[in-house]
Amino acid sequence: MRPIEYARPETVGEAVELLSEHDGATAVLAGGTDLIYLMQKDVLDPPPRRLVDLKNIPELQDIRQQDDRLVIGACCTLEQIADSPLTAPLRALHDVIDGIRSIQVQQMGTIGGDLCHLPNCWYFRNGYGLLALNEGRSLVESGENRYHAIFGNQGPAKFVSASRFAPALIACGASVRIVGPQPDQQETVPLEYFYVAPKTNRQGVTILKPGQFLSHVIVPLARPLQTATYEVLQIEGLDWPLAAAAAALHVEGGVVRDARIVMGHVAPVPWIADAAARFLVGRSIDEDSAQRAGEMAVAGATPLSQNAYKVQLARTAVKRAVLKAAGLLEGGV
Amino acid sequence: MAERVVAWKPRDKNTVFGKEIDRIDGIEKASGYAKYTADINTPGTLYCKLLTCPHAHAKVVHLDVSRAERTPGVRAVEVLKPVGSEIQWDGTIVAVVAADRPEYAEDGVRAIKVQYEVLEHFVDEEDLQTAKKLQRTKDLGENTKGDVEAALKQAKVVHRGYYGIHTISHCCLETHGAHCQWQGDDQLDVHLSTQNVSGTAGQFAGPLGLDAANVSITCHYIGGGFGSKFAADEWGLACARLAKKTGRPVKLMLDRATELKIAGTRPSAFAQITIAADASGRVIAWDSHHWGTSGIAGGTVRLSQIPYIFDFENRRRRATGLVTNCGPNRAWRAPNHPQLCALTDTALDDLAAKLGMDSYDVFMKNLDRVSNDKQDVYREEMRIAAELIGWKDKWHPHGKGGRGPIKRGLGMALHTWGGRAHAATCLVRVHPDGTVESLAGSQDLGTGTRTVIAVVLAETFGLDVKDVRVRIGENKYPRSGPSGGSTTVGGVSGPNRRAGLEALWKIFDLVAKEYGVDANSLEARDKKIWSNGKVVCSWKDACRLIGPMPLEVQGTGPKKDGLTSDGVGGVQMADVSVDSETGVIRINKLVCVQDCGAIVDLKTAKSQVYGGMIMGIAYALTEERIMDNATGRFINADLENYKLPRIGDIGELVAEMYQPDSEYRRGVVGLGEPPVISTGAAISNAVANALGVRVSVLPMTPQRVLAALQATS
Repeated sequence: MRPIEYARPETVGEAVELLSEHDGATAVLAGGTDLIYLMQKDVLDPPPRRLVDLKNIPELQDIRQQDDRLVIGACCTLEQIADSPLTAPLRALHDVIDGIRSIQVQQMGTIGGDLCHLPNCWYFRNGYGLLALNEGRSLVESGENRYHAIFGNQGPAKFVSASRFAPALIACGASVRIVGPQPDQQETVPLEYFYVAPKTNRQGVTILKPGQFLSHVIVPLARPLQTATYEVLQIEGLDWPLAAAAAALHVEGGVVRDARIVMGHVAPVPWIADAAARFLVGRSIDEDSAQRAGEMAVAGATPLSQNAYKVQLARTAVKRAVLKAAGLLEGGV
Repeated sequence: MAERVVAWKPRDKNTVFGKEIDRIDGIEKASGYAKYTADINTPGTLYCKLLTCPHAHAKVVHLDVSRAERTPGVRAVEVLKPVGSEIQWDGTIVAVVAADRPEYAEDGVRAIKVQYEVLEHFVDEEDLQTAKKLQRTKDLGENTKGDVEAALKQAKVVHRGYYGIHTISHCCLETHGAHCQWQGDDQLDVHLSTQNVSGTAGQFAGPLGLDAANVSITCHYIGGGFGSKFAADEWGLACARLAKKTGRPVKLMLDRATELKIAGTRPSAFAQITIAADASGRVIAWDSHHWGTSGIAGGTVRLSQIPYIFDFENRRRRATGLVTNCGPNRAWRAPNHPQLCALTDTALDDLAAKLGMDSYDVFMKNLDRVSNDKQDVYREEMRIAAELIGWKDKWHPHGKGGRGPIKRGLGMALHTWGGRAHAATCLVRVHPDGTVESLAGSQDLGTGTRTVIAVVLAETFGLDVKDVRVRIGENKYPRSGPSGGSTTVGGVSGPNRRAGLEALWKIFDLVAKEYGVDANSLEARDKKIWSNGKVVCSWKDACRLIGPMPLEVQGTGPKKDGLTSDGVGGVQMADVSVDSETGVIRINKLVCVQDCGAIVDLKTAKSQVYGGMIMGIAYALTEERIMDNATGRFINADLENYKLPRIGDIGELVAEMYQPDSEYRRGVVGLGEPPVISTGAAISNAVANALGVRVSVLPMTPQRVLAALQATS
């Protein structure tokens, strides 16, 4: 039997030490909703020799308000986040949890696990690596790319970022705390800089290095924001969005003073639509301005051979996220 | 009571038969008490893992399993594709490792050294032109009736369209597999996930050099088959061989990916269709060329059944098979029918739109061209379905589905099936204490076989359903038929009724003698024996007269005594909403009006219809085998990306059983296949009605919906 060590640290420091050994052939176990599957499919490179279970570290399971910031432990489950009154102002997060629809994943899945989720790219999950290369050539380009990237796909990575929360959290200005690789080492990084489009199969999808893990998500609460996420989901069950967008609007007197729009599942990283957001500043939200924001958001899209339809989906997701954030999305869609 | 004639009771005399009866094994299934093949773990059972080929077309040039055999915990390795074998589809099993634990078996698989020479593959089932260029096509025939060209010239409206429906997998929740255990050298006990309990012993015996009489097959419960589980299969034989080699019981269940890839698919069909009508909406010409694939065999759906149901006066048809490196097909619930319906009834609907007519009227107008005898049944079923879905109030011309982004539409389609009883026997045993047993080598594919048998015997003997013990799922019981083609309910109900009546008449004779009454005056109901409205004795008292040994009667079928027959129609209507900005389709309501002769259990009959409609929603909207041209692989062979609808995708389902007395008089007809056939076409037509654009290929994913909208904008 392929030996595997299971470690249950009770402090962040212990966890860092346990993760740092075995030359990086370790993996963080949070909810386990995806890691176990990836191990069974034997597609992790290197295959982990030790799992470090973070669920017994109290500070990672806590949601608390510190001054004007919300600090969410990485091991908080989606259900815990949905049930916490502290998250009530962050509608965009609730939209994501509602969209996940699977009670099992809501109860087991964690926010940290979501943010570090590996792609659902079928080439990756069939053992062709993150970049899906075959003799140096991209399988995605000549193959089945209906669910792949329409932005940021000119480099070797053509999968889409899997995180459901990242667009909403980036739109809200969130940061993440990274601990390790030394037990007392930590840094805080804006979430938008957390993701990378890898150039090699072993680079991973985040800036995390061996021995590091994401311990907390920090969301600023100083300004009242109107937020929403809109995911285009084909079915009413657990499914990956075909495209998604999150919008965070700071509105005063019916006019947008500041805005952030981030698209998900359209690029190897969460894709920030700055031009669309800037366009909204100084305007009021209505069907027309939301539609134009959607159009601006997808202006630079570079679809692959099969996925031009995702441009339309991303455009619609942005429009509807903006309308929803403004409380203007009518029922039924 | 009356003379002794084999028949069902007059309809108004039934107390159980035709009522809504809960499944007698429902609690076992829902509680986990029911043991499926996948649940069998006798002491010492070894577990298997598979080495499968990741290439669509390859030759095995090197294979060394010696390291696997030496891996700790591994007990044996069985090679299915030795060096030199040519592999024709992704997922082909090359070798099987049996070990003390699944994890050891995985180690063993990893230790196998295998090399392939990768060969050119072709997996595109829709691309006829490329297939022709690569000489990957098979001419499957062409024939003509009447004068198509002349009719096209006379036509008021001619419609030309492209239609298609992709390959899907059977996707059984319980994967294919077996648990094998030898008793000595010449007796093999197999737990097999099978639709064919009585028919598989020989499939093990022959290749293994055993007497068929020494193979026992058991399948008490099966987690889905849909037409894909009739055989022992190479993996079943591998399981038996590994058990023999190791002297241990061995369990081999396919993993999910392999299940999807190699254990059965429904062939695809794509078609160029020309259909023409006169001014009144009557179709006067049909011209079609369809193609598709069943894998390396190069088949598609049957030429002789297109146009589906309708037999138009002037008709030309042609079929081409694509020879692809894709997993092979197996019978899938109503073989050929769902695809042919999805090609035909969509073209007819587009013709109606082009005529500017209500689709309902055009279907109605052409009913005199149906090729079965169901013309009047369809007419009546359409009328009922239209009322149930509110067709008259809600129907609008195609493309007038609303002003906002959400468009709503209605669609319909017709279907047909046989459903004759299969050849089967049973043994009915009445014990002196009044308990009743029925034994048959049948199986419950999910249709409620146990419940159907219990209902038939309870009605015959005047008992409650729970008073009947039904024993099925073992080949030591009297031979029954395989569960395929909607043949089981007729297959088991006829023999049980016949045997039950014969046993009952013997008991009546005993009662007549004992109590001095006329045997022909007797009837059994409410657990009592009655003569001319008066109680003669209790059922238990009557059974005591049997003597010390049970009374046994063999039942056989089918017979031409009217207990069973075949042939059904059926109509489905769909009410859908389509988000024209995202291409996402939601089912608001789906109505099926279904005839099926005399219904044994109204509840399980309706369940069949619900299940069929749900499966239809799946292949209409989400379910698709995606073959990747780059790698030649079935790239979505997991339940994450092989998308199945969830409960929230189903909408409101209405199963209306069409059961006038004329249906009751036909006897029992099977119902498994019919309700899955026309769902795809009905939903496609509803989407076309909503959008004013045909989404020509199923499943209608957002990608295809948006492409169709863009093509017309």
